[in-house]
Amino acid sequence: MSMAEHDVFVIAEHLEGRLSEVTFEMLGKARQLAGASGGRVVAVLLGHNVSTLAARLGAADLVFTVDDAALAAFNPERAVQELKALLSKEQPMLTMIASTSMGMDLAAALSAALDWPLIAYCSDVQAQDGKIVATSQIYGGKIAVEAESQGAHTIISVLAGVFPAAEGQADKVPTVQSVPAAATSAGRVRFKGLTVPEAGDVDITREALLVSVGRGIGSKDNIGLVEELAEALGAALCASRPIIDSGWLPKQRQVGKSGLTVKPKLYLAVGISGAPEHLQGMKDAELIIAINSDAGAPIFEVADYGIVGDLFDIVPLLSERLVEVRA
Amino acid sequence: MNIIVPVKQVPDLVEELEINDEGTDLERDMLKYRMNEWDESALEEALQLKELHGGTITVLTVVSGDADVDEMLYTCVAKGADRVVKVVGDFEEQHDSHTTARALAAAMRDMPCDLVLTGVQAADDLDGQVGVLLATFLDLPHISVVSGIEVDAAARTATVHQEYAGGIMATFEVDLPAVLGVQASRAVPRYAPVSRVRQAMKTARIEEIEVGVAVGSGATVRRMFKPEAASHAEMLEGEPEEIVERVIEILRERGVWRV
Amino acid sequence: MAVDPERIHEKEVAIVEGIDISGHWNRMFEQRVIWDYGTSMLDQVTAIEGAESLGNCYQCGKCTPVCPVDHVGDYSPRKIFRKTQLGTNLLESPDLWLCTTCMNCLRVCPKEVNMINIMPAVREQAVLQGNAPTELSQAFENTFRYGNPLGEPARKRADWTKDAGVPVPILAQIRRPVDVLWFVECYPAYHPRGKDAARGLARIFHVLGVDYGILGVEEKCSCDSQRLAGEKGLFEMHTEHNIKMFSKYQFNTLVTADPHALNAFKKEYPKYGGNYHVLHYTQFLAPMVERIPFKKALPYRVTFHDPCYLGRHNGEYEAPRRLLEAIPGITLTEMARCKANGYCCGGGGGGMWLDGFSRGHMSERLSERRVREAVSTGADVLAVCCPYEISRFEDAVKSTGNEGKLIVRDIIELIDESMRG
Repeated sequence: MSMAEHDVFVIAEHLEGRLSEVTFEMLGKARQLAGASGGRVVAVLLGHNVSTLAARLGAADLVFTVDDAALAAFNPERAVQELKALLSKEQPMLTMIASTSMGMDLAAALSAALDWPLIAYCSDVQAQDGKIVATSQIYGGKIAVEAESQGAHTIISVLAGVFPAAEGQADKVPTVQSVPAAATSAGRVRFKGLTVPEAGDVDITREALLVSVGRGIGSKDNIGLVEELAEALGAALCASRPIIDSGWLPKQRQVGKSGLTVKPKLYLAVGISGAPEHLQGMKDAELIIAINSDAGAPIFEVADYGIVGDLFDIVPLLSERLVEVRA
Repeated sequence: MNIIVPVKQVPDLVEELEINDEGTDLERDMLKYRMNEWDESALEEALQLKELHGGTITVLTVVSGDADVDEMLYTCVAKGADRVVKVVGDFEEQHDSHTTARALAAAMRDMPCDLVLTGVQAADDLDGQVGVLLATFLDLPHISVVSGIEVDAAARTATVHQEYAGGIMATFEVDLPAVLGVQASRAVPRYAPVSRVRQAMKTARIEEIEVGVAVGSGATVRRMFKPEAASHAEMLEGEPEEIVERVIEILRERGVWRV
Repeated sequence: MAVDPERIHEKEVAIVEGIDISGHWNRMFEQRVIWDYGTSMLDQVTAIEGAESLGNCYQCGKCTPVCPVDHVGDYSPRKIFRKTQLGTNLLESPDLWLCTTCMNCLRVCPKEVNMINIMPAVREQAVLQGNAPTELSQAFENTFRYGNPLGEPARKRADWTKDAGVPVPILAQIRRPVDVLWFVECYPAYHPRGKDAARGLARIFHVLGVDYGILGVEEKCSCDSQRLAGEKGLFEMHTEHNIKMFSKYQFNTLVTADPHALNAFKKEYPKYGGNYHVLHYTQFLAPMVERIPFKKALPYRVTFHDPCYLGRHNGEYEAPRRLLEAIPGITLTEMARCKANGYCCGGGGGGMWLDGFSRGHMSERLSERRVREAVSTGADVLAVCCPYEISRFEDAVKSTGNEGKLIVRDIIELIDESMRG
């Protein structure tokens, strides 16, 4: 029996020299699981000159680092090669990977390469009678699935913002073990550079008041309505993924899993259904008011106040009243 | 350039989703299906690249049970796909991503391929994303969450952007053939005029490839359910005017808006 | 347009019969050669089957003052002809999408330039080329997928019947011949204000003992507006479907509250083998108006908006008025632009799904212009009988600041209100 048979591995994620919040969220949950299974929490950190980052992973019992110039920036092919080598050697009970842009390239690839079951979009995970049981949110968050892994080794991809990050943060310095890079040859995927959007546009993470627009707005020509509302409120305008994908607002305005996480005083969601990928970006806002024509929209589960109605009736009226009251 | 576009149908979220009596799957009789919206973006990207570089687009979809995929495939033809292929075999009723990827890999074995474009994800990806699984089974490089694809046909490489949070993007160069998980296409997926779809129904041929693959993802569904809301919003009722007044009151009460 | 200096002739010295008339005033421009203006753009349009009559235009301008879009913009068939003649590609111009096919132009055109044929023919080409506004193709997509342009689930098409207060017979369930097949259409089935009218009509039919049935979920959008907006394939697909559904049942008359469906059934369906006796609900009810048990007088000053597709397109101006005049207490007052010269609400010809697009090309919506006209008559109720109108005019009442001055009601709702006592 290998040491790792009860271990929970957490693949740490970092960008621009900072560990992502979801890394700590996973570590916290891993601590809970390992506590029950009697195994270790092991973090895996790939990168270059990563000792500073590794030191922050104190919630883990052990941190494996693979430190190589070729891993300085995230490279899906290289990352999979390194993780495949490490995981097939260590054979942990459970491997946790963030359900993010980077995580997507890792989780499914490792599942296929190692022939280990994968349960994606997890909002919860437990070990029951030696089996990993995870709860996954699919169909835009409308349906939950409790899935049981039939393998001795399981991979799960974890939704960001589900587990508390505080549980994964510890002051203690972890044991770090350096692992030599497995891959040596030049790869088929080559990192060319990182583009960070220009400052100058609004930083929605710093705005106190946000009006957010979703698919319900219908067409680009109607964006003016929510712009007026934002102006009347003195708020900044942001949006859910479909609006950004359509090019109606710039990427810096995107709230959600592949956008930004915001914690404003007010988040006024207009025509947003509330898929988990969006909710994780805004559910900690202090006051959430949502307008949607669908009474069953998941946004109403995180909102403080909800309006089931036609945004084309409510929004112009609200803008008008706000301007009137101000005057 | 030979572009392969694996697509799939997913339950249309416009419909109310109900759970079956056993509590292990959706009540499928009541469902309406639509093409996975990310696959629509992948197809649009393929069409745009074909307009730039020439070549052929082959759309593949894996069929199981009685699922009717014909209309979806004819719509792909109407948009400009050159070949549409059904992958059939002894699959379970509702196949998972792993089975789908294995079936696609088997079907693609003898297909000329320079680039594989597929949607980055789908609403029913319980066991992970098909594109990445497929790439791994085929031993092809893969990049997910891609927007912005440029192909250098002569050099047999593509330059792509991978999107991270907050508008940050990584640029990668990848050797072709490769699998790209498309997040967003450079243009809104085009509309297929109905007359073109109907014409495709009359003149286009749907090919079939039969494969035999291992079935299952290694995880079983114990229970499928509608998540109970931990809490729920206080709903504001009444005429729009009343609701608007109430909203302003709330904003004042919470100190969000000082007027 | 600047004239090439080489084509300006000016004599430096001009002496005629001994009188010196030299000077700039003797400047003469070379005669313009008509072939300097290529007609290729115009030819391209008139070569499209159905769009030939655009070439008939001789620029008399009678269409411009009656075109509703010109009142809020710069538009008319004459202007479209002229722009096309001068080289604008109509297939890529926003002008292609602003016409609501209201037909006021054809009514006055001495040369029968027929926008009702030209628009769908040219738009069809634009749609095939992928040049339709996204808002519009989204409505096409919804119709194709769900059987209605609103994108509502197909299987909920008969849900409105649950709150009608009276039983609503669904043909697939009652399985017997009926006198009337009531074709409900999409907006009455799904739109909140449309449902109000649908339920009202069900109650009226019930009280009058009308022997009717509806198709329920077997019904699909008649797509007449989508056809006029360029989606002929979609129209044909739904026509085939609806004719197939009609052939399952036995009925004498096809009645609908939607003038656009009326238009399809009367003018287009026969081309596909569907020949029916078709009436708008106002035409069906007007002959039996004496039998309607009005209980309460409604002290309203009402002005009636003629729907383009009931009035100009299908010649019915009197039936709605007969119904309104029969309701006790109502005073009817006419707007200046009424009956054959009625002013379009903006919903026809695809306009229902182009409001976002049109905003950039009009000073205000047609419905807003019309509401102002209604208010100026002193009326307190604007009566309508087309499902597009109710939501368009109610939005316009709000956006023109006339809330409290004017309410919008379908004639059905007024009858129902009076019947309920």
